[in-house]
Amino acid sequence: MQSQSNTSSLQSLVDDWSAEKQAFQVPWGKLMMWIFLLSDTFIFSIFLTAYMNVRISATAPWPNTSEVFALTIGGIHLPLILIAIMTFVLISSSGTMALAVNYAYKNNKKLAVKLMLATAFLGAMFVSMQAFEWSKLISEGVRPWSNPLGAEQFGACFFMITGFHGVHVSAGVIYLCIVAAKILAGHYDGRSLHIVEITGLYWHFVDLVWVFIFALFYLW
Amino acid sequence: MGIQTVDESHEVSSLAKYFKVWILLFVLSAFSYMVDLFQLQGYLRWTLVLMFMMLKAAFILSVFMHLGLERFALKTLVLLPPGAILVLILFMAVEGQYTTQSREFNFSQLWQQEILDFKDHHSPSE
Repeated sequence: MQSQSNTSSLQSLVDDWSAEKQAFQVPWGKLMMWIFLLSDTFIFSIFLTAYMNVRISATAPWPNTSEVFALTIGGIHLPLILIAIMTFVLISSSGTMALAVNYAYKNNKKLAVKLMLATAFLGAMFVSMQAFEWSKLISEGVRPWSNPLGAEQFGACFFMITGFHGVHVSAGVIYLCIVAAKILAGHYDGRSLHIVEITGLYWHFVDLVWVFIFALFYLW
Repeated sequence: MGIQTVDESHEVSSLAKYFKVWILLFVLSAFSYMVDLFQLQGYLRWTLVLMFMMLKAAFILSVFMHLGLERFALKTLVLLPPGAILVLILFMAVEGQYTTQSREFNFSQLWQQEILDFKDHHSPSE
């Protein structure tokens, strides 16, 4: 399989599409998740492109995100620290999810479920920190339609992009808990645990989107 | 050559690979945070930020999401359509520049004065 894809990947593409059978040789649930994630990619891309557009055309100065998201912990002023912690929490959750998929394919159901619940816990932690960040900015007077710190478009972009991402993380936490509960209840007994990989695809995608938001919104 | 082979043959042996990529993602994130901490500016900042972003995205996609192990047909399904976004980004960047220019022109004092002069010459009382 590996050597085949290495020697001629284009030939394998032609073979898959010209054979009179299904073109994609993966479980249907996995394929549907990929197609859903593809559509989600477009939604987030359009948000980020809109953000780029309004940021280029804003005449008022854009707030310095490094300072807006700074915190003073123990008397030390740390720029952008909250976002850095959130990034690390989300990457940790991606790691536990990858291990969960790994153990699911080794048929170690218990460990897979434990790791999925750990992932959900880290996801909930991420959303909590985002709620803290939102309330901090709201208390400073930032609104989707106005912003005392500078360009008004900053508020609109911030609440739209991080809000939509936060909804994805929250949905992912619920999704993980449901799948974990179903595995424990024996719903997938005697069948392959592909569902863990499919759930993992969604979760890694949420992390992937955060990589772009972190770079383009917070570091730009 | 079945449905199962892609997934299961690789899962069992690659635990170490996941840990390596996991650590790598932490390191790359720390690097991008340091870009901000040391307040690097200009082209150096954008180059580093975008480079770390693309590297992280590539590792998550290919290793965590197993796209590197999938058949070429699925890779093209996932990677080709977002290429259209590049066209959108280009167009919106051009449009954004145009909006900036017209705003800077229309919001400028000079232009405001010209509007006032125009109103003086074409007042409704005539």
